[in-house]
Amino acid sequence: MAELLDFELVSPERRLAKAKVAMVVVPGTEGDFGVLPGHAPMMSTIRPGAIAIHETDGGPATQRFFIEGGFAEVTETGLTILAEKATPVAEIDVAAVAGQLAAARQAGDEAAVTRLEAMQAAATN
Amino acid sequence: MPSLKSLKMRITSVKSTQKITKAMKMVAAAKLRRAQEAAEAARPYSERMAAVMASLASRVTVGPESPRLLAGTGKDQVHLLVVCSSERGLAGGFNSNIAKLARRTMEELLGQGKTVKLLFVGKKARAPFARTHKDLIVGTVDMSHIKQVAFADAKAVADEVVTRFEAGEFDVAHLFFSTFRSALNQEPTRLQIIPAALPDGGAAGADAAVEYEPDEEAILADLLPKNLAVQVFRALLENAASEQGSRMTAMDNATRNAGDMINRLTITYNRTRQAAITKELIEIISGAEAL
Repeated sequence: MAELLDFELVSPERRLAKAKVAMVVVPGTEGDFGVLPGHAPMMSTIRPGAIAIHETDGGPATQRFFIEGGFAEVTETGLTILAEKATPVAEIDVAAVAGQLAAARQAGDEAAVTRLEAMQAAATN
Repeated sequence: MPSLKSLKMRITSVKSTQKITKAMKMVAAAKLRRAQEAAEAARPYSERMAAVMASLASRVTVGPESPRLLAGTGKDQVHLLVVCSSERGLAGGFNSNIAKLARRTMEELLGQGKTVKLLFVGKKARAPFARTHKDLIVGTVDMSHIKQVAFADAKAVADEVVTRFEAGEFDVAHLFFSTFRSALNQEPTRLQIIPAALPDGGAAGADAAVEYEPDEEAILADLLPKNLAVQVFRALLENAASEQGSRMTAMDNATRNAGDMINRLTITYNRTRQAAITKELIEIISGAEAL
């Protein structure tokens, strides 16, 4: 198995994850993209969605975080995700999200609807 | 000469004051540690953010079509001073130092014929301005229900500032807070937040070709409000640590002063007691001699 990627996930309040992983799939504003070791340097904003962390090459996603807005920075050595808010997908309360979604739809808050829909999709996937 | 009874009461009262200041000092010390840890934990994010801003700054030229948060309105007539203080007093010179710096800046700006608006975060710095410049105050953000500053709180403050900026209420914004150096030393600081003072991107210019998705301008427009929130967040965290540090020092001094006072009062009390005994003895002896 070849080299690994330095992955870091930080939110304003604390560092949530720092690990060496094989691949991370990031929901970029212009489409999902996977980051493998040796990826060309880039910078992208993130739309609300789940990032999937693959710890082993070709293995399944071992960890998933739901990210609400932020951006990803790929450098020669690794990937840093600056997330405004990040929650492990396993901790999402599906029932609570559904309730909030209904309330947001009723209030016509479109930003919240998009965010909560993405959250729901991430949790049920 | 105060009576023995009043001296004794005085000593008891000072002793209970000392107990309170001692407890406050210990509470402040515990809170300081927590505040410092929070500030520490927030550092990676703000450092990465600053690095990204720097590398973007080296690629984007500031022009009239740049986002207004970066380029400004092209004027500097109306200044907004965002003054962050605490919700509680008894923290030594913490609040008054921030207020003093803000006042100096305000008077300077007023002297130059500029218009000044004041926005307060935390009520303690508000009082001295409410007396003298009530008409300049545009708002106060209440932080009294917040125990531990969260990013969402900072974002709310930043959003309010941005909303006011977009409504054209001001041209330049300054943030006032206290930088935490150590428990003994906190420094009132002024930081210009709008237009964003971009760090010098000279070093980052050597970076390999970085792809931007979407383009630089779009990322920058997305990043600027976030950067503002991060700066406010950092200011609030620094403030929280400074407040506790300042309170700890102030309460330590108060405890020591109370101790000195108790010693002095105890000496006076003992002298007075002895004098009273001597007087009684003299009275008895001279009474016996007269017989």
